Amino acid sequence: MIMNSLYYQKKLSRNVGDKFFTSLSVFCALIAILPLIFVVTYILIKGGAQITPELFTLEPNPPGDDLDAGGINPALIGTLVITTIASIISIPVGVGGGIYLAEYSNGGPFSKFIRFGVNVLAGVPSIIAGVFIYALIVSTKILFGSMYSGLAGGMALSILMLPTVIKTTDEGLKLVPNELRYASLGIGASMYTTILKITLPTAFRSIATGVVLGIARAAGETAPLIFTALFSYYYIVGFEDLFYEMGSLAVLIYNFALEPYDAQNKLAWAASFILVISILTVNIFSRILAAFTEKTKRV
Amino acid sequence: MEEKLTLFKNRKRFGIEKNIDLIFKNTTLTLSSLVGIVLFGIILVVFFQSFESFSRYGLKFLVTSEWNPVKDEYGAFTAIYGTLVTSLLSLLITIPLGVGTAIFITEDFVPKFVREIVGSFVELLAAIPSVVLGLWAIFVMEPFFREFFVFLHKFFGWISLFSSEPAGRNSLLAIIILVVMLLPIVTSIARDSLNQVPKKLRNASYGIGASRWKTIFSVILPAALSGIMAGVLLALGRAMGETMAVTMIIGNSNAFSWSLLSPGYTISSMLANQFGEADGSQVSSLFYAAFVLMILSLVVNIFAQWLVKKFSLKY
Repeated sequence: MIMNSLYYQKKLSRNVGDKFFTSLSVFCALIAILPLIFVVTYILIKGGAQITPELFTLEPNPPGDDLDAGGINPALIGTLVITTIASIISIPVGVGGGIYLAEYSNGGPFSKFIRFGVNVLAGVPSIIAGVFIYALIVSTKILFGSMYSGLAGGMALSILMLPTVIKTTDEGLKLVPNELRYASLGIGASMYTTILKITLPTAFRSIATGVVLGIARAAGETAPLIFTALFSYYYIVGFEDLFYEMGSLAVLIYNFALEPYDAQNKLAWAASFILVISILTVNIFSRILAAFTEKTKRV
Repeated sequence: MEEKLTLFKNRKRFGIEKNIDLIFKNTTLTLSSLVGIVLFGIILVVFFQSFESFSRYGLKFLVTSEWNPVKDEYGAFTAIYGTLVTSLLSLLITIPLGVGTAIFITEDFVPKFVREIVGSFVELLAAIPSVVLGLWAIFVMEPFFREFFVFLHKFFGWISLFSSEPAGRNSLLAIIILVVMLLPIVTSIARDSLNQVPKKLRNASYGIGASRWKTIFSVILPAALSGIMAGVLLALGRAMGETMAVTMIIGNSNAFSWSLLSPGYTISSMLANQFGEADGSQVSSLFYAAFVLMILSLVVNIFAQWLVKKFSLKY
C-alpha cells in the first residue's frame, strides 16, 4: 500500500474530480466556439451563393417584387460614406484627446474625469447614440432643413467610435518610452514637434490598428442608423445626397431580414456575407500584424 | 510625466514657437473635453426630451404596461421587465460558460496553439455585427430550437416561465442570442484576469499538495474574482443595451407575460421599433424609456469601473 501511494491512482476522488472539471471546461470551450463556426459557415454558404456582379451595381427593388431583388450598390456605398463621415469626425477628436491625456495631463482630476468619461461613453448603448442624434439633429432639422440624412447617421456612429479612438491613442502613446521624449526635448525640439514628429509616429502602428478595428466595428453598427440615416433604395450620385436618407448594409440586413419575401431575405444574406467577410478580414489581418510586431520587438 | 514638464518650462524660446505650442496644447485639451461634453449632452438631451412624459406619468410609467398611442396612455413595465429578465438570465448562462472557456484557455490541458485558436475564435465572435447574428437567429437558430421549445412547454409547462405555447419569436431565443454575444466579453475579461494571477500562487498551492482543480477553485478563481466580476458587469451593461439581434428575434409584443416562450419586448427593441414613426407624446415617452435604459446601463458601468479600481489585483 505504501508503495502504491507514489503512483497516480485513477480512482482517487481528487483525480476523478479533476477529470470531471477538465472535461467540463473543454465542453465550455467547445460550446463557445460553436456559434462562430455556425454563423460563419451559414453566411459563407447562404450569402456566398448570392454573390453576382449585378449585386454590386444594381439598386435594391422594393419588397413585394418577388422575382428579382436587385443589388445592394446604394447600401454598400452608403456604408462606406457613413463610416467615412464617422471617421472624419471621430479620428481627429479622438487622437487629439488621446494626445492630451497621454502627453500633457499629469493625472489630475480633469484627466481622471475624462478617462472615466471615455469608459462610460464606451458603455452607453449604441441605440442611445441614435436617440441623441435624433433629438439633436434629425428632429430639429438643423442641417439645412434636412431630417434623416447620411450625415446624421455618420455623426451617431462617430459617438460610438470616439471612445475607441481616444483609448487606443492614449494607450499607444503611453507605450512609447520616455527616453525618446527626453532625447527630442534635449536637442531642442518643442513639445508639439516632439509629439507630432517623434511620439505619434512611434505609436502609429498600434494606434492605427485600434482605429481600424474601431471603424470595422462601426461599419456593422445598425442601431444608431435606423432612425438617423434611415434607408434608401436609390443610388448615391452626388454630394447633396449626404443630406437625404441613406442606406447602409447593416440597415439593409435588418429591413430585409424581416421581410416575408424570399428575394429580399437572400439580399440580406448577401449583404451579411460582404459585411462579415470584410470585418473578419480586417480583424484577422490586424491580429497577425499585432503578433508580428510583438515578435520583432522581442528580438 | 511631471519631470518632463518642468524640464520644458525652464527653456527659452521664441514667442511664435511658444504660441504654436500653447495653441497645440489647448486644441488637444479642447478635443479631450469634448468627451465630457458629449456625455453630458447625451444625458441632458435625453432627460429634457423625456420631461413631458416624465411630468405626466411620473414613476407610474415604470410599473404600468399599457402602451396605447390612441388613448395616449404609456407605461414601459413590459419593456423594462423584458430588458432585465433577458439580460440577467443570459448572463446567468454566460458566466459559467465564459469562465469555463477562460480556464480552458489559461490552463494547459491542450497545446498552446489550440488554446490560441480557441481564444481568437471567441474574440472574432465579438466582431460579428449584431444585425448579422439577428439574421442568423431568424433563419437558422429559430427553426433549430423549435422542437425543443415544444418539448419544453409540454414537460415543463407547469413552470410559469414555460407556461405558454411557444411562439415563433420569443424571449428565450433572445436570451440564447444574447449568450452568444456576451460570451466573448466574459471570456476575454476572465482570461485576462486569470492570466494576471501570479504563477507563484499556483506553485505554492501545488506544493502543499492541492490538485489542479482544487487550486483553480480555491486559489486562482478567488484571486481573479474582481476582474471577472467587472467583466460580468460590463457584459450586463452590454446585454441591457443590445438592440438589433434582440429586436429581430424577441417578437416585439407589449403584452406582458411571465412565460419566456411568448413574444416579449426590451427597451432598446421598443426604441428600434417605434422611434421612426412616432409622434406627439409617444416620442416623449420613448425618450423616457431611453432615459431609463441609459440610467440602468450607466449605473452598471460605473459600478463596474469602481469595482475594477477598488479591487484591482495588487500583486
